[in-house]
Amino acid sequence: MSTSVASHHSDYTGAKIGMWLFLFTEILLFGGLFLLYAVYRAKSPAEFHEATKHLHLALGLSNTLILLTSSLTAALSVSAIRRGQKYWALWGIGVTVVLALAFLVNKYFEWKEHIGNGMFPGSPALTSLSHGENLFFGLYYTMTGLHGVHVLAGAALLCVVYVFVNREKVNQHSYSLLENACLFWHLVDLIWIYLFPLFYLVT
Amino acid sequence: MEKIEASYLSAYGQRKGLAGWLTSTDHKRIALLYMSAMSVFFLVATFLGVLMRLNLIAPGSHVVSPRAYNSLFTVHGVIMIFLFIIPGIPAVLGNFVLPLQLGARDVSFPRLNLFSWYFYMGGALCALLSLFTGGGAPDTGWTFYVPYSVKTGTNVSLAVFGAFLLGMSSMLTGLNFLTTIHRMRAPGMTWFRMPLFVWALYATGWVQLLATPVLGITLLLVIFERAFGIGVFDPARGGDPILFQHLFWIYSHPAVYIMILPAMGVISEIIPVFARRTIFGYKAIAFSSLAIAIVGYIVWGHHMFTSGMSDMARVVFSLLTFVVAVPSGVKIFNWTASLYKGSITVSSPLLFVLAFIFLFSIGGLTGLINGALSTNIQIHGTYFIVAHFHYVMFGGTGFAFFAGLHYWFPKMFGRMVDEKRAKAACILMFVGFNVLYFPMFILGWQGMPRRYYDYPAHFQPLHSLATVGSWILVAGLLLMLHNLIRTIRHGLPASANPWQGTTLEWHASSPPSIENFDVIPTVTTGPYAYPQNNGVSS
Repeated sequence: MSTSVASHHSDYTGAKIGMWLFLFTEILLFGGLFLLYAVYRAKSPAEFHEATKHLHLALGLSNTLILLTSSLTAALSVSAIRRGQKYWALWGIGVTVVLALAFLVNKYFEWKEHIGNGMFPGSPALTSLSHGENLFFGLYYTMTGLHGVHVLAGAALLCVVYVFVNREKVNQHSYSLLENACLFWHLVDLIWIYLFPLFYLVT
Repeated sequence: MEKIEASYLSAYGQRKGLAGWLTSTDHKRIALLYMSAMSVFFLVATFLGVLMRLNLIAPGSHVVSPRAYNSLFTVHGVIMIFLFIIPGIPAVLGNFVLPLQLGARDVSFPRLNLFSWYFYMGGALCALLSLFTGGGAPDTGWTFYVPYSVKTGTNVSLAVFGAFLLGMSSMLTGLNFLTTIHRMRAPGMTWFRMPLFVWALYATGWVQLLATPVLGITLLLVIFERAFGIGVFDPARGGDPILFQHLFWIYSHPAVYIMILPAMGVISEIIPVFARRTIFGYKAIAFSSLAIAIVGYIVWGHHMFTSGMSDMARVVFSLLTFVVAVPSGVKIFNWTASLYKGSITVSSPLLFVLAFIFLFSIGGLTGLINGALSTNIQIHGTYFIVAHFHYVMFGGTGFAFFAGLHYWFPKMFGRMVDEKRAKAACILMFVGFNVLYFPMFILGWQGMPRRYYDYPAHFQPLHSLATVGSWILVAGLLLMLHNLIRTIRHGLPASANPWQGTTLEWHASSPPSIENFDVIPTVTTGPYAYPQNNGVSS
């Protein structure tokens, strides 16, 4: 009796299905925002191009590189745990979390500068600009903000998994938690891969 | 583990009493948690509805203030839709029955299941708090249309956040059920041996999963708009309020299928049992659930025929709306065909089912009148819509929910519902329902707009009639609730299979043991294999 209970707690395929379904919901959550972006960009392409000049390409690019690297380290931690290399798995998770924090610090300074320049929703500087630029910044703050929350959530999740790996509750034979956390992390990365060109590289 | 044979209702585990229930990951206990919370919310919203009707009993009868009236229909709608009808059948009946029908011991993610209930309660708490805090109860209508929802001083933000949490709860339940259906079926239970309620929950699960996030982001945007003025829905900053309507209905139209599909599943379970024959057109019913889920996703524009859309878009949305009626029609024909030449016992669950078929048919057919472009212009935003909506949602989902409750109550509590009272309640509700809502079709056709506080004198006879209907309906509801609650303590003991059902939940004891089954059953036949007509109808 108790073995059957244990067996459905360790349903590897079930856990993966559940995670992928959850990722679909995340994509649709951002999908609503991408839809708004598409409509407003189609309405005022020139103004979106104007607005993008207020953003720092270098900061955006460095954040892109940071997240890409973090996806690599996350993937390395999964392949390490599969081979039973606990140390390298912990190393991979740790580096991923550090990179996540680096991303957020970067983002913090970026937002701080925009707000310092008076470029925030409802500010006199922004409302004096065109409608398209206002919408651009409205979407910029919403989308990168919501993405930032996901980065934070992903980092917190990875911290929990770190503890689990350290206590060997997540191990070579049962690692779906780590794998699913990394799937989530890849999604967070993937969304940024779309956000970056949409906001920083508009021409 | 030694008490594994004990009923799930008895105290077990480390925590006893209420704490044992609030921390239980048993799908059956979670179902009852949902049910008890939901009953309270349902009564509150019913009370608000009756109050609304009371205000409309005669022109100029100012039972409540105009502002309070706006809050009444908003809160009535929000509670009924987000707290009762959307989660109702999946969270209560689905949670209880799904693992049993699959021959499983629980859902795939029991802890997530409990977590969903806490999301539900958190959302409910926010919705209820919004009534008394901030600028007072929201007065936007349950649709939260911008720009008014951004401009109103009432506490829309908290109510909207509540709806967001409720959406999360519904979404996670859908995720859980989908995984459960994929992974937890008993040996031998192929996809086409699954009971039709499971098929319905499967289709519903996909809609819950794929539509709800769009509502989530839309509601968040309303909050951001109110808090920071991001401008995406604000025409003064170039935003477009129509986009809100699109995003809102991209969720909220599929959401009516979240409400009705599980109801159709309940109907498909009850009919074969009380007709003592297998269901007619099993695969047609199963596939029509999927068809409704898929087509239902792309008809949202029919809520916006008067909002400003291109003619081409309106024609396409209208056509698709007609298409989505087809699978619903398929089901109605299959149900009636299943009753044909059956040996029918009209017990209370079947009586509710027959009421469902009658009311849902009216609701469905009037839906086509809404979906046709020219008639839509006449009835858009009138009582006709209100009547149609209540026929589908209350006459449909509500009655199916009650049918399911009466059907599975013996399984839940091990006691039989008193048939006489149940039937009396059903008839009373059926009569009250029609007296309440049918006049609204006529009122709407004559041009009575929805959500109005007052009306010209020539509408009075029908308005008064509807108000009287609301009293009959509530009398029936109270009788039913009294009867069900009485059953829990005083009902006659139920056997494991009081209705001679053939699906797996009737193999478990009544009430089921903690682990549902001593031995996981092996399935060798379809779900409705009644021996006397094997080979005749399938």
